[in-house]
Amino acid sequence: MTNVYLSYNNSVSSLGFSSEDVIDAIVSGKTGVKKVNDSSRFMNSFYGSLIDSADLERAIKNLKVEGNFTTLEKMMIVSLTNVIHSANIPLTEKVGLIISTTKGNIDVLEKGSPFPAERAYLSVLGKTIRDVFGFKNEPIIVSNACVSGLLSISVAKRYLVQGIYDNVFVVSGDLISEFVVSGFNSFQALSNEPCKPYSIKRSGINLGEVAASVLVTSDKEKLTKESVELLGDATRNDANHISGPSRTGEGLYQSVKKAMEEAKVSANELDYISAHGTATPFNDEMEAIAFDRLRLNHIPTNSLKGYFGHTLGASGLLETIVGMHSLHRNTLFASSGFDTLGVSKPINIIDRTRESDLNIFLKTASGFGGCNTAAIFKKVNV
Amino acid sequence: MLSKNLFISSYCHVKNNTISFNGNVLFSDDSQDFSGFVKSAAKHLNTSYPKLYKMDNLSKLASLAADAILSEQKAQSDTALVFSNRASSLDTDRKHQASISDTNNYYPSPSIFVYTLPNICLGEISIKHQLHSENCFFVFDKFNPEHLHGNTEYLLHHKKAETVLCGWVDFDDKNYEAFLYLVSENGNIAHTVDEISRRYRSKL
Repeated sequence: MTNVYLSYNNSVSSLGFSSEDVIDAIVSGKTGVKKVNDSSRFMNSFYGSLIDSADLERAIKNLKVEGNFTTLEKMMIVSLTNVIHSANIPLTEKVGLIISTTKGNIDVLEKGSPFPAERAYLSVLGKTIRDVFGFKNEPIIVSNACVSGLLSISVAKRYLVQGIYDNVFVVSGDLISEFVVSGFNSFQALSNEPCKPYSIKRSGINLGEVAASVLVTSDKEKLTKESVELLGDATRNDANHISGPSRTGEGLYQSVKKAMEEAKVSANELDYISAHGTATPFNDEMEAIAFDRLRLNHIPTNSLKGYFGHTLGASGLLETIVGMHSLHRNTLFASSGFDTLGVSKPINIIDRTRESDLNIFLKTASGFGGCNTAAIFKKVNV
Repeated sequence: MLSKNLFISSYCHVKNNTISFNGNVLFSDDSQDFSGFVKSAAKHLNTSYPKLYKMDNLSKLASLAADAILSEQKAQSDTALVFSNRASSLDTDRKHQASISDTNNYYPSPSIFVYTLPNICLGEISIKHQLHSENCFFVFDKFNPEHLHGNTEYLLHHKKAETVLCGWVDFDDKNYEAFLYLVSENGNIAHTVDEISRRYRSKL
């Protein structure tokens, strides 16, 4: 049997350009969400979590890579370079590359973009990333709405278990462009204040941008102090609505149930749930219903959207990485923005950052198209 | 793990205003544009469904191909969806972009924006056929039987699904092509990369 581990990791976000910096910021209660006044991203101001462009330019310059890269490519290159260098694995034909994103370089469609429209094709983005690092295999691109980042870990597992690859690098990223802000605004899904997942006065999402990367490996020699083992995972569709969550939380319920069955983990063995928690009225209510049906009400739960905003296709991977560090530090991170519970079922939202013995956590994600993904991770003591 | 042999039990092509099933033409009408073709095809095949006409082109294409396969027998709820294409949702992305590129003529709409994700077509198929199952949308430079084959084999051998509907659904400007096939323990065509490629390349 092949064991599947998550190992070297990085996140490039408004809270820092390394996982350690990002986690330190969370521990100290910082948030990357700010009021944004940038007419190139949206005609009105909005609350979001954006990567500092000067920091990104500096980081990419330091790497001395040749080429003319888009903003998203720069974010992904900076993040993935860190993980590939730390992992120190030769990029042979047994090493895979998975890229997950919802919109890729969609900003090249804007009038006045210096890049040709061809760059909007995700396979072109994939080829750019592959060529920078010299991967032997063609990139596998996963574009499955807001579960993309977490689903990519499931996909990586398939390649390891089947022996197609020994190691898979996963990089996930999305940009907060005018395309995305205008779309979510048309849905009236944006909050006009910092988001408040699960709270009674929650009024919608904040958007955020991030690139996150991780090594998924079956090699026990390649683990880090915060490594976790993937015990079980599942994706399930609500089969209910393309843009609204199921009223019964059916897809999320089934995905968690299946993941727990595969992991052979019972409800009382879970120490922590890193939930999706976008802070829209319907999403958070749906999650509470699903967790209640699963009898997971008592398990300490947070949403990390208050720190990073909703980072779309990257959110599942970013939040899994934060979960790895949460376990390693034996610390439950406060669900930023939470005050008074505002969902119809009692769930245990973490209201302040505190120490706790942590061993196993559940990560969930849900997205447009009715998709829900759940994965269960266990601490590995290296 | 004991690996049972897997088979392609049926397959469907939609291209050049023609739908074919297992290599036989079901419907063809080149007198109309894509939307008109979808309408008459759905009527002809008795798979008409009011929601079909609200979908974007990619979801219409994917639904038409999926209906041809799944309506044959009542779809099992545990039919996973593993789809792929080249253009992602760019056909609709361009429409959303056009709606926001001029501040004097600004008309973004949630009913268009929701289709700016390729996996929405998986949601549409799941709703119609009530599939609470695994789904994943991949993007590749071209039709890629190796990766479809590997993901499908994994899902079936590891009991993540009982059957898998997989393939290629691409809509880019005026060019479109769908090729879907159903994989399970039953059927006559061996589920191999060669057989997938052969069926994909066949004229019908």
